[in-house]
Amino acid sequence: MNNEYDLTLGIDIGSTTAKIVVVDGGRVLFEKYQRHFSQVRQKTLELLELAAPYVEGRPFTAAISGSAGLGLAESAGVPFVQEVFATGEVVRRLEPDASAVVELGGEDAKIIFFDGGIDERMNGSCAGGTGAFIDQMATLLGITADELDELSLQSTRLYPIASRCGVFAKTDIQPLLNQGAKHADVAASIYQAVVNQTIAGLAQGKRITGKVLFLGGPLYYCKGLRRRFQETLKLDDEHAVFPEYGRFAVAMGAALYAEESGGVYTMEKLRERIANSSATRDAANLLPPLFASEAEYELFRARHAAATVPEGDLASYRGDAWLGIDCGSTTTKAVLLGEDRELLYTYYSSNRGNPVEIVREQLEKIYALCADRVTIRGSAVTGYGEELIRAAFGVDRGVVETIAHYTAAKHFCPNVDFILDIGGQDIKCFKIKNGAIDSIMLNEACSSGCGSFIETFARSMGFEVDTFAEKGLHASAPVNLGSRCTVFMNSSVKQSQKDGATVEDISAGLSVSVVKNAIYKVIRAGSASELGEHVVVQGGTFYNDAVLRAFEMELGKEVIRPAIAGLMGAYGAALYAMDLRESTLISREKLGDFVHTAKAATCQGCANHCRLTVNSFGGKKKYISGNQCQKGLGLQNAEELPNLYAWKRDALTALEPRAEIRGTIGLPLALGMYELLPLWHAFFTALGFKVEVSGLSSRRVYEKGQFSIPSDTACYPAKIMHGHMEVLLGKHVDAIFYPCLTYNVDEKESDNHYNCPVVAYYSELLHGNMDDLAQTHFLYPFLNINNRKELSKELWESLSAVFHDVTKREVRKAVDAAFAAYENHMLAVRKQGEEAVAWAREHGKRIMILAGRPYHIDPEIGHGIDKLASSLGFVVVSEDSVCHLADPVPVHVLNQWTYHARLYRAARFACENPDVQLVQLVSFGCGVDAITTDEVRRILEESGKLYTQIKIDEITNLGAVKIRLRSLIGALEEKGV
Amino acid sequence: MIDQNKGYVVFTEEMKKTHTILVPNMLPMHFKMISKVMGRSGYRMELLETSGPRIAETGLKYVHNDTCYPAILVIGQFIDALQSGKYDPDKVALILFQTGGGCRASNYIHLLRKALEKANLGHVPVISLSLAGLEKHPGFQLTLPLLMKMMYGVLYGDLLMTLVNQCKPYELERGSAQSLAERWTDRLAEEMTSGGKAGYRQVKANYRCILDNFAAIPMERTDKVKVGIVGEIFVKYSPLGNNNLEQFLVDEGAEAVIPGLLDFCLYCVYNNLLDRKLYGMQKNVQIAYQIAYRYLVDKERDMIEAIRSHGRFEPPTLFTHTIGLVQGTISMGVKMGEGWLLTAEMLELADKGVGNIVCTQPFGCLPNHICGKGMMKPIKEKNPNVNIVAIDYDAGATKVNQENRLKLMLANARQRREEESVNAAVSSLR
Repeated sequence: MNNEYDLTLGIDIGSTTAKIVVVDGGRVLFEKYQRHFSQVRQKTLELLELAAPYVEGRPFTAAISGSAGLGLAESAGVPFVQEVFATGEVVRRLEPDASAVVELGGEDAKIIFFDGGIDERMNGSCAGGTGAFIDQMATLLGITADELDELSLQSTRLYPIASRCGVFAKTDIQPLLNQGAKHADVAASIYQAVVNQTIAGLAQGKRITGKVLFLGGPLYYCKGLRRRFQETLKLDDEHAVFPEYGRFAVAMGAALYAEESGGVYTMEKLRERIANSSATRDAANLLPPLFASEAEYELFRARHAAATVPEGDLASYRGDAWLGIDCGSTTTKAVLLGEDRELLYTYYSSNRGNPVEIVREQLEKIYALCADRVTIRGSAVTGYGEELIRAAFGVDRGVVETIAHYTAAKHFCPNVDFILDIGGQDIKCFKIKNGAIDSIMLNEACSSGCGSFIETFARSMGFEVDTFAEKGLHASAPVNLGSRCTVFMNSSVKQSQKDGATVEDISAGLSVSVVKNAIYKVIRAGSASELGEHVVVQGGTFYNDAVLRAFEMELGKEVIRPAIAGLMGAYGAALYAMDLRESTLISREKLGDFVHTAKAATCQGCANHCRLTVNSFGGKKKYISGNQCQKGLGLQNAEELPNLYAWKRDALTALEPRAEIRGTIGLPLALGMYELLPLWHAFFTALGFKVEVSGLSSRRVYEKGQFSIPSDTACYPAKIMHGHMEVLLGKHVDAIFYPCLTYNVDEKESDNHYNCPVVAYYSELLHGNMDDLAQTHFLYPFLNINNRKELSKELWESLSAVFHDVTKREVRKAVDAAFAAYENHMLAVRKQGEEAVAWAREHGKRIMILAGRPYHIDPEIGHGIDKLASSLGFVVVSEDSVCHLADPVPVHVLNQWTYHARLYRAARFACENPDVQLVQLVSFGCGVDAITTDEVRRILEESGKLYTQIKIDEITNLGAVKIRLRSLIGALEEKGV
Repeated sequence: MIDQNKGYVVFTEEMKKTHTILVPNMLPMHFKMISKVMGRSGYRMELLETSGPRIAETGLKYVHNDTCYPAILVIGQFIDALQSGKYDPDKVALILFQTGGGCRASNYIHLLRKALEKANLGHVPVISLSLAGLEKHPGFQLTLPLLMKMMYGVLYGDLLMTLVNQCKPYELERGSAQSLAERWTDRLAEEMTSGGKAGYRQVKANYRCILDNFAAIPMERTDKVKVGIVGEIFVKYSPLGNNNLEQFLVDEGAEAVIPGLLDFCLYCVYNNLLDRKLYGMQKNVQIAYQIAYRYLVDKERDMIEAIRSHGRFEPPTLFTHTIGLVQGTISMGVKMGEGWLLTAEMLELADKGVGNIVCTQPFGCLPNHICGKGMMKPIKEKNPNVNIVAIDYDAGATKVNQENRLKLMLANARQRREEESVNAAVSSLR
């Protein structure tokens, strides 16, 4: 230790906050914690100012830590210590008996294990469930982070919320809010998501036990978050420690580091260094300004000001009117039109997590303004909350978003070719051909670089969104932030701050990246010409002139932005209602007695146990949401259409085990087992084993195994495998079998017949990361499934090592039985497919190929999308049940995976039959699907078919999926198919 | 024009004379040598050395954004070059290397063609360079002598890379190791193609000469932390892919240890032998693979022996030794992407005392879920002192995040080294 200077100073600048401590001979003299709103250098100087009186002019040692401190330390030439390392040092000194540390910061999550060699971990790049995430969620609920915390303490139940990253979680939360779930429960569920993510993303197979320290700002402030951690990790008060210095651990670590290797400064000298530090910006990362001159900006404004609609005055208007409501994910919009389609009344505001109340207020206001001069003849509602609002207020019609937007856009530009709508939470794009919607592209949960993103970002930097956007217009050198997902965007911004970009440059850069995300990731356009001649842009985000300008620049052409860009959904809905003469809308009198309560319930209709939200509106009027099928609505007798997904599930779960002779074998029903269960079941049964199957998945199964997942960016179907192994271990089977199959069954239709690397080798990962597998025999031989002789040999080698009496001859016979069973199963699947198609034609129903992989039939992985499609009137068939009905397709990619080859043929089958639609299911993180989706889309679109893709992960809420499928139906109806 | 039977634009014999073939920049040293060798064998080759954010952006524009980062970079680099105006698009061809396996990397060439189509450059021929012979191009044929020269290129490349890495952190004059390597690259390429002294005896003589030259670089040997780099082959080697990782480590006062390309070649050949062993496949071509395997093993041994007997530098590990290390951790049947080799290289580094490892991977790389992150727990159990950090590389990932994690790894590395030297001092006192 450097004893000459007892006085030492630690500075920690994280992604959102700056902290400083002054320590004198081990005693903390001063500490301060403040948000820095991205003004890193300035805030540091302020903190030093505050610390100055405690230093009293003495020389001291100092060091900087933290992710935003990295750049500052470099340019100021002050020693830097990595923040997790700093924390580790502090804890080792202050709490030598700690066995683990959990530290949550603004954007990073860290875990340190002390038992068995120090092991320090940080979250990977795809994980945002931290302080910034909690802030974002609070904004979503329209409350402060403190209020969120208080609310969470009153919760009575938890909803499953995806924990992979902030964006995913948001996709789950928003519909919950719109469906009327209790805010207290949502608040607690948000915290639980943070906990789950920390465990799944960081613990990676190591159990968090012993004395655990919880550090960092969020864990210091949020009582509810503490409680969730404690309950989930099953830690009592003695073992869960939340120290007083929790917020300052890193700063103290920096001070500790400074004692030994920090620089020696006087306060003046240090301040001077930091004040004079300037970063150089990399010219390659700068973009041209949005406007070269003020004149150019004025011209731009004048051009867009022309796209207006006539307005009327509701206070003096007499006659009929029509109401349109757009209940979006983050905002609610309402429009009242007069007889000449003039705007009588408009409303646009955040729905603050309670759209029902907002709509009630608005109706009251509209009725008051209408007095008895105006009669509302009809009403329509669109958007996420469509059904809820319709049920609550007796709105006449519900209309799919796509149709509402197209109706509105047509009004501005009758020959529109392309509509791009960027709303709070989604991006919707439609191509129009011959007066009908020709293709629909919607953003995936993972690419929601939309309005709410800019909004939350603006707030995190201490601005309202309008001011923030305004700043972007005048940026001299916008920063290039890339076009990835929002979580990555956060770190891009961090990087540019480090490089010294101004708020103006960041604001403009964010607008450009939102635009790039829409063009290259959602639309997937290579050039402007792909969008067509007449482009209309709308959605609240386009009120932001910076976004609009960036879009025109990126496209190199002028577009139309209606003056009511944010109201287009509501406007379209109102237009859609204009043929109505007599409205069912709730009357002014009844509105006075309107009550709304939301209650949570669990559906007992089947083993799925969907978590329902029951909305009551006084009397018998009810709206139930959260259900995957019609049963939850009490409609036991709803018509059951053929559904191959359900049929396959039944066929697999109906396989009966025989009585035990030799022992029991456990088969995990996940990944490739969904295809080969009939084969392995027959094989082991023929050998005299009792076969225990882990069964269909559920959220609980996933949670059982999540602590041993080493790579959180793997697909959900793989990650759920850990839970299945736990289920089998709980059944105390003699051995668990999941072979490594580099090659799948060769169906002779493709260039090669591989499995994807995850399906092929996941057993290796399980073996390496699940210690408990040592309790049983885990058999995962490498097998050649296309050569029975080889296969028999390999199986015998593997089995006889555990079950010594198994003979080669028996195995050979069992292999034959196995293949017979498998072939029968596949034949039955195909026969069912043919029968379903025939049934649909007989009964005049639409057919949907829900094209994915065998494991997508799992209720937890597929989230019941098949049932949803069925309830919307589709006969659902699987890709493997119809692919034999079409010839192989020439494809422009290497067609080398068995499962995926089926996709291409199924797509061809859809092309050849007008009554068949294809919807592709894609699991997040599936690398192979980056290749297949483009190809399937090409095959379909070349034949003029609509391509619909649904990306699924842990997300359980079907709100967005429903909109997608209804858009498809809407487009089909327009086309007259 | 697109050959209707083959479905792709063929590189014809005439094109050999008229077209410049652009080569993507994966391993700067190796590829420079190989393109020079080919350039002197009648092809007009040009190694692309462009960098900067525009490459990834161009890639994102023309390739599905969820595709692996290496594909986005390679394709982005090609299209960026074609659109730069530097080349006549009617007089240019592209070349890509294909291994052909269950990884989606086998699809790069198809994705490139799709991207070219999208950029209105569909007429540009793309040559697939693969030993599996997936495609045929009359204008581009790998003769055995050419193949041998490329092979020597890999050997020389590995040697030079190893030596540069071992000299760079200690050289007194910045850049001297790098420029020496470049001089040798030119000289070796010329020698291999000028006829005359191209025999294997000459190769061995060159080894000694190279080693002497590098040993003569003025250096100050200080005690530095050694950090191994493993991972997906593109982001492991290419500075474009890994944000100049090797230079970052050197600037942070560490020495980078990077297992060579020959290991990957051996891995590819060895997997074919394993197909026979595991699945009874590929019986009729076994002999060819066996010959190739033995040949490569011999050549590797000679190079390692040259370094070892010279005495100044640390030789790479023998492939046959590396194979032994992997037993019991992961099966060698895991052969997609880098497969078991990735696990093996981490074990190999730990085995030779390089306990600090950066495992580089493109975001969402499928095989690396299993062989990289999936194997870290068992590797740490076997080698409790090993200090591994997994770094994701992606178009959207930022340098500051990557560097912060690397700094954590380096801080731990330094602390461990201190603890070790204290322990060593204590035990020497006893």
